[in-house]
Amino acid sequence: MEYISSGENNQGANVQGKILCCGCGSLIDPNPLNQCAACLRTHIDITENIPKQGTLFFCRNCERYLNPPSEWVHASLESRELLSICLKRIKGLKDVKLIDAGFIWTEPHSKRIKVKLTVHAEVSNGIVLQQVFVVEFTVTNQMCDDCHRHEAKDYWKCMVQVRQKASNKKTLYYMEQMILKHKAHENSLGIKNNSSGLDFFYSGENHARKMVDFLQTILPVKMTQSKKLISHDIHSNIYNYKFTWALDIVPISKGSLVCIGKKLQQNYGNIAPICLVQNVANVIHVIDPLTAQIAEISGSNYFRYPFTSISDPKQLIEYTVMDIEIIKDRKQFPGQGPISFKHVVADVWLVKSSELGINESNIHTKTHLGHLLKPGDSVMGYDLRDAVINNADFEKLKNENIPDVVIVKKNYGDKDKRRRMRKWKLKHLTEDVGSSSDIGNDYNEFLEDLEEDEEMRQKVNIYKDSRKQQIPVDVNDMEDPSCPQITLEEMLDDLVIDDVDMGNA
Amino acid sequence: MALRTEFENSSDIGVFAILTNSYCLTAIGGSEAFYSVFESEFAGQDNNSSVIPVVHTSIGGCRIIGRLAVGNRHGLLVPSNTTDLELQHIRNALPDNVQIQRVEERLSALGNVIACNDYVALIHPDLDRETENIIKDVLKVEVYRQTIAGNSLVGAYSVFNNQGGVIHPKATAQELDELSSLLQIPLVAGTVNRGSELLAAGIVVNDWTAFCGITTTSTELSVIESIFKLNSNQPSKITSELRASLIESMT
Repeated sequence: MEYISSGENNQGANVQGKILCCGCGSLIDPNPLNQCAACLRTHIDITENIPKQGTLFFCRNCERYLNPPSEWVHASLESRELLSICLKRIKGLKDVKLIDAGFIWTEPHSKRIKVKLTVHAEVSNGIVLQQVFVVEFTVTNQMCDDCHRHEAKDYWKCMVQVRQKASNKKTLYYMEQMILKHKAHENSLGIKNNSSGLDFFYSGENHARKMVDFLQTILPVKMTQSKKLISHDIHSNIYNYKFTWALDIVPISKGSLVCIGKKLQQNYGNIAPICLVQNVANVIHVIDPLTAQIAEISGSNYFRYPFTSISDPKQLIEYTVMDIEIIKDRKQFPGQGPISFKHVVADVWLVKSSELGINESNIHTKTHLGHLLKPGDSVMGYDLRDAVINNADFEKLKNENIPDVVIVKKNYGDKDKRRRMRKWKLKHLTEDVGSSSDIGNDYNEFLEDLEEDEEMRQKVNIYKDSRKQQIPVDVNDMEDPSCPQITLEEMLDDLVIDDVDMGNA
Repeated sequence: MALRTEFENSSDIGVFAILTNSYCLTAIGGSEAFYSVFESEFAGQDNNSSVIPVVHTSIGGCRIIGRLAVGNRHGLLVPSNTTDLELQHIRNALPDNVQIQRVEERLSALGNVIACNDYVALIHPDLDRETENIIKDVLKVEVYRQTIAGNSLVGAYSVFNNQGGVIHPKATAQELDELSSLLQIPLVAGTVNRGSELLAAGIVVNDWTAFCGITTTSTELSVIESIFKLNSNQPSKITSELRASLIESMT
């Protein structure tokens, strides 16, 4: 009884006296500020430093929200993810203690998101206030980086880089025409021209592989592959790579003079060290101009024993044939490789066209072009007597094994005239390859090669140039029969894409 | 009638003034505004005399006279650091029947440790026995050692005149009952200066006038006026005090 009564007394002692709120006079329990919550709210605003409006960025294409600085996340309306994005956008929340946050329903089309927040903050002398307020976000459309790239068709994952590290770029032009003919570029997203080659972009690995395979079949190339990790998901074990294939085309083109090393000479029937590159297709075709011995050097052999050109078509000099004498019985030796019988080996006596009439002494050399030449013809050749050549293999050669002049091809008149007469054109992969403004010498020579080489023409689609009229229909109609030209039979109409073999027509 | 005033932009007027039924002390301020509020309130019928004297003074060179000294109608207690000159000045200014006594006390802020009206005083529990005796003799009061809502600075947390009093807002209902039966006046828990619990710093009061800090709200002011019975014609007064005499006169 006493115990209970004493307990009651204690309880009575603990009963807090009520006071009047100093602001409104309502009866409240005393607190450190001695004001009721309503009065406190009128003159203390703990959310003062928190902006009540904000902006959210939303990508309409992929329906994702921007989570600054650069992350885009999927978040449905009133989802936890969206709430976290919203809270991240509210500045000044660090000064208060966030107790609760939730969405207030808004019409989805209103592009407004309202977030209701409950915060605690300490005001003077240790009193903690709780306040509820609403922050309104405006949803602004902004295209995300991924969609932007997608719209700009810049979503490649794989790249095939084709490069030829040589001054003579004919092989690249040949490759371009082969790609066009076989439409190997169809699946690429974009093709970019580079100073020393082309870049092909692909969205998927298999298309890129196909392109690599194609290029490997048409040209001797060296392939290196690399991949770069873009992103990965440790939870699902998904790795996202960007693949790059670098294809290095042999740095040799048609018309270059090469010096072959000892090992390769032995491999190819003891062919002479100084050879002329006749053609670069899936193998490198070389011919010894003195004996018409030929060799087909495969890409793998080339890269095992690489060699470089010692003279490029830029160094060609014009010579005039003074006399020619065809060699009837060719000397052969055991173990010799194949000999071309299309070519006729001949002794020729030349004079530099620039010194014609000045210099009486003829230069003697041998040529494999005996079937084309007659006295008085103009030919293009390399002068090896005066040339400065930096090549380890070349320096090992004895002087008597080096011909004075190597004739490369017959010269069919003025280049400009031939260009004007040319009534056909080629297509290009990109606008800026060989566009009219920067037709280089290489490209012009490539076109000349096409006119001179019927076999090569078969691998290339040639189109009528509608701007130039009066195309010869037959070989007989040609204005200058000596000059090789392409007949209308071999040409395609522009815009007509036809795969039928027209070369044999 | 309760007035709102301030001392040099401070609401804590109780620090700078002492008010009793027989005299008023104010601190020496930069401006005369504070002093003139008291002066005009206690002005007499003719301009030369006032109802009670209003005295400018300092105590021990300090302006915080309200916290250092304590007094009622019968006397004034000043701390030991009061200079002779100040003591002389106060003695000259105050009415002759007011006793003035210097107190040798360790707790020298007498205003904070003693709360009193003309009949009873609450004092700090640690005050000297000797001081207690001086209080009894000089102020002619009954003395009780008390705490208010756990605070021993009874002078700072309570203000009362002969009609009523305000004490610390955290005081429990039981404590209010105890104190009010001790003092024989009604008490209320309240605040001054917009929620401040330092009541003695915000209010100076005698039996017919009170002064509050300038930030005191109207609610606080009405609590103060009603508990100190400063409104002479309150309805409660008619029903309580005048009732008997009215009925008596009617019969």
